[in-house]
Amino acid sequence: MAGVRLSNVTKRFDGTTAVDNVVLDIGDREFMVLLGPSGCGKSTLLRMIAGLEEPSAGEVWIGDQQVNGVAPKERDIAMVFQSYALYPHKTVQANIEFPLKARGMGRGERTHAARDAARMLGLSELMGRKPGQLSGGQRQRVALARAIVRNPAVFLMDEPLSNLDAKLRGETRAELISLHQRVEGTFVYVTHDQVEAMTMGTRVAVMQQGVIEQVGPPQEIYDHPASVFVGQLLGTPPMNVFRPGLLEPGEHLVGVRPEHVVLDREGPLSARVQLVEALGYERLITCALPSETVVVARVPAEASGAREGDAVFIDAEQRHRHRFDASTGKRVEI
Amino acid sequence: MSRSRWRETLLALVFLLPSLAILGVFVVYPLIRTMWLGLYRGGGFNGVRTYVGLSQYWDVFQSNEFRHALGVTLLLALITVPTGLAVGLGLAVLADKHLRGMRFFRTVYSSTVATSVAVASLMWLVLFQPSIGVLANILPFAVLKDPGILEDPHLALPALGVVSIWANAGFTFIIMTAAMQSIPRDLYESAFVDGAGGWRRFTNVTLPLVGPTMVFVVLILTIRALQTYAEIDLLTGGGPQGDRTTTITYLIYGSKSVISFDDGLQATVAVLLFVIMLIVSLIQFRGLDRRVHYG
Repeated sequence: MAGVRLSNVTKRFDGTTAVDNVVLDIGDREFMVLLGPSGCGKSTLLRMIAGLEEPSAGEVWIGDQQVNGVAPKERDIAMVFQSYALYPHKTVQANIEFPLKARGMGRGERTHAARDAARMLGLSELMGRKPGQLSGGQRQRVALARAIVRNPAVFLMDEPLSNLDAKLRGETRAELISLHQRVEGTFVYVTHDQVEAMTMGTRVAVMQQGVIEQVGPPQEIYDHPASVFVGQLLGTPPMNVFRPGLLEPGEHLVGVRPEHVVLDREGPLSARVQLVEALGYERLITCALPSETVVVARVPAEASGAREGDAVFIDAEQRHRHRFDASTGKRVEI
Repeated sequence: MSRSRWRETLLALVFLLPSLAILGVFVVYPLIRTMWLGLYRGGGFNGVRTYVGLSQYWDVFQSNEFRHALGVTLLLALITVPTGLAVGLGLAVLADKHLRGMRFFRTVYSSTVATSVAVASLMWLVLFQPSIGVLANILPFAVLKDPGILEDPHLALPALGVVSIWANAGFTFIIMTAAMQSIPRDLYESAFVDGAGGWRRFTNVTLPLVGPTMVFVVLILTIRALQTYAEIDLLTGGGPQGDRTTTITYLIYGSKSVISFDDGLQATVAVLLFVIMLIVSLIQFRGLDRRVHYG
């Protein structure tokens, strides 16, 4: 088993910098999630760890070996692709066996290993089928079985759940967490889905425009976002941001999460309820301020009788207010 | 049948009519006419036809001339189809590399598709020419100068094969390139990460996924090989030694063919060729289709 260390890693494509001077230490057996919007460089970073891209500058370490210039197969990694990348002409058994076959393992040994991996993921009954005969979730599990069959030190996953429907995604998230505990490997997981990041990662690295904005345990990032960008990326609906002087006097932007917005009969900001979305256990109440700022509040279903068109006042407790520099968007501790 | 159903059927027929007319005039009528002609003997310049009947098909099939031409045709197909496929696939693999200037090579490789067989044949006639030809002057084989490759009874057919392979290379290259470009890059990357080298990626990813296209190319190349005519007419005239490169198509159309003045016999041979092509294509399709995976 091994950790991964990225030391000042940069990747440029034809003059565009996709990854800019990234420093990241991923511990042994850690589940690290790289989170960010499309084009932020997270997949490029993963591909550099895999050896599918070479860094333009910086060093990539896996365990105690510097792997710049080392072929993927010498890096002791396995990768799960967004498309699963299953060989359509091979059976499930042959797909799972492939990494072992490519490394010259004998037939008996690799059949045995493939069956073990398949059993772990509940695929034993499907070994003779081809990918075209499987559901999306089953294909996803075959891709995972192919990754674990070799028992590599590091598992790299590039948005492996994005092709699944919401229900299956929820189930597979739980399976992946359990798999991480069972195989005891280092997981590096790329996603743009903040729910995946929050629920799966032992730590999350939030990326924007090729730069890591913040690294830490998901709850810590949620509670103490390092920038407006991070604050708005984690959490649904995203964090409300009030321009300087609106919610409180001062020169900073003020961020308040929807669950911390207080709707009351009095308060510093008057607003009008624009939309009430009932989600069963809670309500999302969208309010418009005279300044055209829109604020979303999340309240328990039984706690508010606010209706569209009602006049309300908006407030937030001091301890739930996040202050950010108005020009850089970076967190300011007061 | 309800009234609206009648109208639908009528409308469908109206839409089908242009295609039916074209197929009828250019495919169905000539086919039936040729089958009918194949029942007669004669009918060349003097126009006199004698009814012989279905037995003519059997007689022609058993004749030495037909059997020899069939052997030459199949041998030519055996030379050109596997090699033509390998050349097209090989060029496609070479051109699949993301290297600078590859667009130029892709244009060069596919250029033969825009070259007519007549032009290709004349070009190769010059290359093969025993005294001034390039090949005879750069290669150290005496046979290239005397009697010349197209005059040698053992080399003339392989030489025609080379011309056919060259002429078909552009077509095969384009089709195989299109097939290779439709293979998702993820599959190669996944195999690469899993430890597969270049050869294993070729045999485990490229070949199986271009399989259906290869079946198509084999069928087309075989049909083209069985129909080879222009190269023979321009380069060897069916010779040397009279019939060493006389294929079935040359037997039908060739000016030096032994049946060139008997359109009844020509029609019989044409129908037999049609049947042989049908059988060969069906065997190939059945045989190869089971071995490939369709997405």
